[in-house]
Amino acid sequence: MFDEYTYSELGSIFAMQGFAGISLFSVLLLMALGLAIIFGQMGVINMAHGEFMAVGAYTTYFMSTLTETYFPSLMPYYFLVAIVVAFCVAGVLGYLAEYALIRHLYKRPLDTLLATWGLSLIMQQSFRTLFGAREVSPTLPDWLLGSYQPTDTIDIPLNGMFVLALTAVVTLGVFYLLYKSSWGLRVRATTQNRVMSGAVGINTKSVDRYTFALGCGIAGIAGAAFTTIASTGPTTGTLYIVDTFMVVVFGGAASLIGTIVSAFSIAQAQSLLEFFISGSMAKVYTLFALVLILMFKPEGLFASKVRR
Amino acid sequence: MNFVYEKLMGGKQGLLGFVLLAALILVIMPMFFDIFRLNLIGKYLTYAFAAVSLVLLWGYGGILSLGQGVFFGLGGYGMAMFLKLEASSPENTKIQSTPGIPDFMDWNQITELPWFWVPFESFTLTIIAILTLPALFAYIIGKAMFTRRVGGVYFAIITQVIAVILTILIVGQQGFTGGINGITDLRTLNGWDITSDSAKYFFYFLNAGLLLTVIVISRFILTSKFGSLLLAMRDKEDRVRFSGYDVAHFKIFIFSFAAMISAIGGAMFTLQVGFMSPSFVGIVPSIEMVIFAAVGGRISLIGAVYGTLMINAGKTAFSESFPELWLFLMGGLFISVVMFFPNGLAGLWNDYAPRVFPFLKEKAKTKDVPPVVTDETGKGTV
Repeated sequence: MFDEYTYSELGSIFAMQGFAGISLFSVLLLMALGLAIIFGQMGVINMAHGEFMAVGAYTTYFMSTLTETYFPSLMPYYFLVAIVVAFCVAGVLGYLAEYALIRHLYKRPLDTLLATWGLSLIMQQSFRTLFGAREVSPTLPDWLLGSYQPTDTIDIPLNGMFVLALTAVVTLGVFYLLYKSSWGLRVRATTQNRVMSGAVGINTKSVDRYTFALGCGIAGIAGAAFTTIASTGPTTGTLYIVDTFMVVVFGGAASLIGTIVSAFSIAQAQSLLEFFISGSMAKVYTLFALVLILMFKPEGLFASKVRR
Repeated sequence: MNFVYEKLMGGKQGLLGFVLLAALILVIMPMFFDIFRLNLIGKYLTYAFAAVSLVLLWGYGGILSLGQGVFFGLGGYGMAMFLKLEASSPENTKIQSTPGIPDFMDWNQITELPWFWVPFESFTLTIIAILTLPALFAYIIGKAMFTRRVGGVYFAIITQVIAVILTILIVGQQGFTGGINGITDLRTLNGWDITSDSAKYFFYFLNAGLLLTVIVISRFILTSKFGSLLLAMRDKEDRVRFSGYDVAHFKIFIFSFAAMISAIGGAMFTLQVGFMSPSFVGIVPSIEMVIFAAVGGRISLIGAVYGTLMINAGKTAFSESFPELWLFLMGGLFISVVMFFPNGLAGLWNDYAPRVFPFLKEKAKTKDVPPVVTDETGKGTV
């Protein structure tokens, strides 16, 4: 499949598809970070995670419409505020979901899967009722549009760069929170040994609740980032949830480095393959390769050293 | 006689439930519904095959497969391929540029029948394929997963990914599979018009008979020693392993068996509905099959059938009048069945039936179905 291209063309193709893959990588990583924290910490599979992303995306859309109508002069800045608001809205919803639903099901992971699927159905229908069945996208500020051209054949969209920077900030923030803060210490202790952590005075229930809220909040940021590359519809979340699961499982649950590496390889594989074969087949090959690898290495790329 | 009573029917309660179900679907429904509604119920009953398979797999085995639609779809596509080839005989398709191949292949510039379609020209081979291929596929997946002790949520996710892969593949390879529209325009089975009323009646009763047979066989499996092992594996897998049993083999067997049952359901679906499309393969139908089993009571074979009938009837009724409410209701159902009624309809029946019908009492105490465990951490399996 490479025969019909010259080397320099191939170089440009790889560079451009690579940057296209980076947008996908950013969204996948932001989604997977939240999912991985929740899964690694509580063993809970959150099927509604994609819908929390959609919450973030719809919040951004809402903020955009609000700013456009009432404060048109603030348009260049609203997006930064929208990211924070998306985080808060998704986080609060996540907190409520944990309180009302998830905490009753910690000992039954398979049931959590079904209950959160139910939650995702309800959320999807709420989006449809509130925002309509049509796909929406916020008006992006001017500084996010356009592209940067280092050479004639390479064209790098600015929104991709912004999303990448955002992802880097969020990822570093999560690292700091988990590995440097005292709250992170409690989270890691709970992950390693829940009973013992409880015995030394950690309020594991509160740790769980805030971890879940944090994971959902990050999904909200992913949603805000998502609006810069595609439009949002009621079923947007579902489209990404399976890919996100694969990122988490492939990376090895409870390993943040693994999550980053696997999000990068999955996004890049898909994006590069997409150029040469059709998009749907690219996805089939990527997922199939993942399933095969997982059959031989079920614990994922970076297995956690936690004794279970 | 005792063998039939205890092993195949499951004692007094089991027999009563079985007779009630048989009476309902074989006598009462055909009496009260016209052929259109009956055909619809027949369609629901094909989903019940998948629900029954999930009772075995999930309710008793503790293995949650979110890819039962894959096997349902494989069975359905097998049957659809045979019917499609019969419908695209050279005389019927002489206006195509290549007569004798299905119309969607002709539209996609395929000039020769692909190799994997060839066996489906024979009815015998088709039946064999429907019964063996999905089971074989499940065997391969199961072998790869269970011998490496992949279980719990990991298994659920991987089966879900397989459902995604198959759906994308079917939709993407339009020339070979009919794409998003599926395989449509099926007319005859060995020359017999499948859209006629007599054929619809025949398929309804065939389907109901097969379903009841599957329930009896499943009951036999569950009352056998294997059934006890399955339960033991669900509750304390490690202890079963330490007792010297090879847990993986049992899991592979039940997964393949469940795949075969679902595939039979899929084949009957194609026969009664007259088409097969990828929308019965993907994530959503697969997870809906789980909720059929859950609503019926995940440890009740017969409950699964009622659960399927109830949800589908509700879905049809609601999507006719309040389509926007249906998803809310379905979501609420998922949540409430998990949080408040983990034993589903069968659980309610077991709790309340002996109070209403006192003669069930003594049996209900001794032959009580083990409750759903609350301590499956799922983590210990990887």
